[in-house]
Amino acid sequence: MKSSLTRIGNAEPGGPGRVRAWARFAAAASAIAILAACAPGDDEDDDSGDGGDGGDTSETDSGESDESGGSDVQTDPSQLGEITLTVWDQEVRGGQAEQIEQLNAAFEEAYPNITIDRVSRSTEDLSTTLRLALTDAEPPDVVQANNSRAEMGQYVGSDLLLPLDDYAEAYGWFDRFPESVRSLAMYSDDGSVYGDGELYGLPQMGEIVGLFYNKTKLDELGLEPPATTEDFDAAVQAAQDAGEIPIHFGNSEPWAGIHEYGFVQNQFVDAETIRDLGFGRPGSSWTSEDNVAAAEEIVSWVDEGYFVDGFGGIDYDTSWQAFAQGDGVFFVGGTWLVADLQEAMGEEVGFVLTPAGASGQNLVTGGISIPWSIPANSDAQDAAAAYIDFITNAEAMSTVTETGNLPVVDAGSQQVEGLQAEVFDAWARAGEEDLLVPYLDYATETFYDTITAAIQDLLAGQQSPQEFLDTLEAEYTAQVGG
Amino acid sequence: MAGATVEDHRKKERVTLPQEIRSGETTTRRAGRAGQAPARRRRQGPPGEPRNLAYLYILPAVVVFALFIGMPLVRTATFSLYEWNGLGASTWVGLDNFQQVFTDPQLRGALTHALVLIIFYSAIPVTLGLLIAATMMRARRMRGLAVFRVLIFLPQVIPMVVVGIAWRQIYQPDGPLNDLLRAVGLDGFARPWLGDYTWALPSVGLVGTWVGTGLCFVLFLAGMAKIPRELYEAARLDGSGPLREFFAITLPAVRGEFAVALTLTIIAALKTFDLVYVMTSGGPGRETTVPSFEVYQRAFQFGQVGSAAALALVLTATIFVVTVLVNRIGAGDDDTTPNPRRRLSRRAAARQEAR
Repeated sequence: MKSSLTRIGNAEPGGPGRVRAWARFAAAASAIAILAACAPGDDEDDDSGDGGDGGDTSETDSGESDESGGSDVQTDPSQLGEITLTVWDQEVRGGQAEQIEQLNAAFEEAYPNITIDRVSRSTEDLSTTLRLALTDAEPPDVVQANNSRAEMGQYVGSDLLLPLDDYAEAYGWFDRFPESVRSLAMYSDDGSVYGDGELYGLPQMGEIVGLFYNKTKLDELGLEPPATTEDFDAAVQAAQDAGEIPIHFGNSEPWAGIHEYGFVQNQFVDAETIRDLGFGRPGSSWTSEDNVAAAEEIVSWVDEGYFVDGFGGIDYDTSWQAFAQGDGVFFVGGTWLVADLQEAMGEEVGFVLTPAGASGQNLVTGGISIPWSIPANSDAQDAAAAYIDFITNAEAMSTVTETGNLPVVDAGSQQVEGLQAEVFDAWARAGEEDLLVPYLDYATETFYDTITAAIQDLLAGQQSPQEFLDTLEAEYTAQVGG
Repeated sequence: MAGATVEDHRKKERVTLPQEIRSGETTTRRAGRAGQAPARRRRQGPPGEPRNLAYLYILPAVVVFALFIGMPLVRTATFSLYEWNGLGASTWVGLDNFQQVFTDPQLRGALTHALVLIIFYSAIPVTLGLLIAATMMRARRMRGLAVFRVLIFLPQVIPMVVVGIAWRQIYQPDGPLNDLLRAVGLDGFARPWLGDYTWALPSVGLVGTWVGTGLCFVLFLAGMAKIPRELYEAARLDGSGPLREFFAITLPAVRGEFAVALTLTIIAALKTFDLVYVMTSGGPGRETTVPSFEVYQRAFQFGQVGSAAALALVLTATIFVVTVLVNRIGAGDDDTTPNPRRRLSRRAAARQEAR
C-alpha cells in the first residue's frame, strides 16, 4: 500500500500514474458494464420475476385480460368503485384541447367515482415518451397511440395494447364505426398485418386531404369546382393562362409531399391497389402502369409550372397562409386547416374531394385522428373502455363539432355551415361511398422516411418516375415478402 | 451529449491526478523535513490515509459520472449489439449494426454531411473569429467597438431552435435573402435555398458559421487581451507590419484558445441536430441528414434502437478521437515551438549581429 502510494506520488502525469488512472477507469467501466449487461427488453421480465423473453410474458398477460374482458365486461362505470384514470393525450391545440377538456369534465360529472388524471403532450413528445410508458409496469390507462406501423404496429406486436373487440361488442362500436375507419386501427395480433385483425383503438375525428379552392378566383376564371381529372386539368391550365399560381404547395416539410402525391395517385390508380400499397399488404405493385402514369403526371405538373415557384423550399405553414391571403387558385390540404382557412378567407374558400380520374371515383386520402387505446398492463381497463366510449359517442361527436373539429362519425347529422359544411359533406360521402384510401406512409415502419425523401427527389428531378417507383417497390416487396 | 462525455472524462482524469500528486508531494516533504508539525500529525493516522481520503473527495464526481455518463454509455453499447424496437424482446446481432453504419449509403451520407459541416461550423468561424478579433485589437480606440462586440456575440445567446426558425424564414423563396438578391439585381442567384439540392447543406452550414463566429471571436479576443503591448511595440520598432505582427505574435499567443475554439466548434458540427431538425428535416431528399438526426429518427421514429445506438457510439468515438487530436496539436506544441517573445528576441539578436 505504502509503496504504491510513493510511486504514484513521484509519477509524472502521463507516466505510470496515468496508466493506473486508466486502469482504474477501465475497472470502473467494466463494473458498470456488468451491472448494465443484460439484453435490452429483458428488464421487465426481471421485475416480474418471470423467465422467458418479453414476448412470451406479455402474451400470457394479454391472454388473461382477454378472458376477463370476454366474460364480464363492466359497461357501467358507476359500478367500478373509486378509480383514478390516467389518460395520456396529445389534444393540445385549439379546438382539440377544447373538446377534450369539455368531455373530460362531462365524464367526471357523470361518474364522480372516476377521477381523470390527464397528461397532455404535443404529438411528438407523446410518441417519443409512450414507448417507455407502455413498457412500464404501471402504464397509463388510456393513451393516444399513433396508428402507424412504427408505433401502434410495434406496440401490438409486443403485446402492449389491449385488443378492444370484446369492448367493441359490448358497446356496439362495430356498428357505430364503418369498417374503413376501424381498419385504420386494426392489426393482426403479432402486429405484422395492418388494416385487418383486431381493433386496437378508436378515433374521435376524421381527416381527409382534399382540394381547397379560392372561390373568387375560380369565379373569375368562369369555372366550377372540378369533379373530374379533366375539369381539374382545364382549371389549372386556365389559371396559369390567367397569370395565377395554379396550385400553392410547400414541400419543405417532407410529409406535405405525401398529400400532394396521394392527390395525384388517387386520380390514376384504383382504391384496392392504393390500399394494398398503403397498408403494406401483398397483391399490388408500385410499378404498375397506372402508378407510372401518376408519377409521370405529377412530374409534368412541375415541368408545366402548375406548382408555385420554389415549392421545394417553402414551409407548409407559409404555403397555406399564402393561399389564405389569395395566392393560388388551389391548395391540396387536410381538414385540419378548415378552422384557420375559414377564419382567414370566410366565404372565399371551398372544399371538394379529389377529382375523379381513371377509377371514376373521387378517392380521397385520409384517415383518423390519433386513436385512443388501452395499454395491456392497465389496471383499470373497464373504466378505460368506458372513457373511450364516452368520448366517441353521439354526444361527444356534437362536442367535437362545436369546437371546430371533424367528427369521425355522425358528420352528416351535425349542424354546420360554410366551409365546415362542405368538409362534413365530403367526409360523409367518403364514408358512404367507401372512397377513403390510407396515407402512403403506413406500408412499413420506415416507409415514411423512404417515400418523403423519394417524393422530394422526384419533384426536384433528382429521380426519374421509374427510379422513384423502383425505390418504393423495393421496400414494398421487402415488406410483403414478394 | 457526446461532447459532455469526453469533457467530463477528461475533467475526471485531471481531478484525480493532482490529488494523488499532491498527496505524494506531502509524503516526499515529510521524508525531507522530518520532525515538523504537520508531518507528525499525519504520522498519527494509519499509513496510506491521505490516499484513501482522496478517493472520498472524488467519490461524488465518480458516482455522478458513473450514473449519468458511464451507465448510459455502457447501456448504449449493449443496445448496439442487438436488434431491438425499444419495446419487446431483442435479437442478438453482434456487430451487424456497426457494419450497417459504414455500409448503409443513407448513414454514410449523414456522416459525410457532418464532415462538410465542419468547414462551416469550425474552419470558417475560427478563421473569421481570429481575423475579427485581431482587427479589433488593432482598432482598440475605435468608437462603438463594444457595440460590434455585442453584435458579433449575440447569435450565441439565442437558442438554436429560434435561430433555425428565423433562418428558415430568411431562406424562404420569398424571404428576405432572395428579396435582397433581387433588389441588387442578382435575380439569377435567388432560389429556394433549403429546397435546392446543391445549396441546402451550405445554407444550413452558413447558419452554423453565423452562430459559431461569435464564440470563436470572444475566445480569441480574451486570448489577445493577455498579450503584452510591449511585444507589439518591439515588433513595430523592428519594422514589422501588421501581417508580420499577426503571424509572429498574435497567432502563436492564442494557440491555446485556437485549440479550444477548434474543439468546441468541431464537436458542435459533428453533433448538429437542432438546425437540421428545425430547418430541413434532413431534406430535400436526404441532402442534409446528419448523424444525430438519423439517431433520433431511428431510435424514436422507427423503433430501430440497435442501429441508432451503434451510430451514436460511432459518433461519440469520432468526437472523442477528434478532440484528443485537436488538443494534442493545441497543447503539445507548446514546448517545441518557440514562444513569440523568444522568437522576437532571437530576431533582434540576429539583427544586432548583422549590424
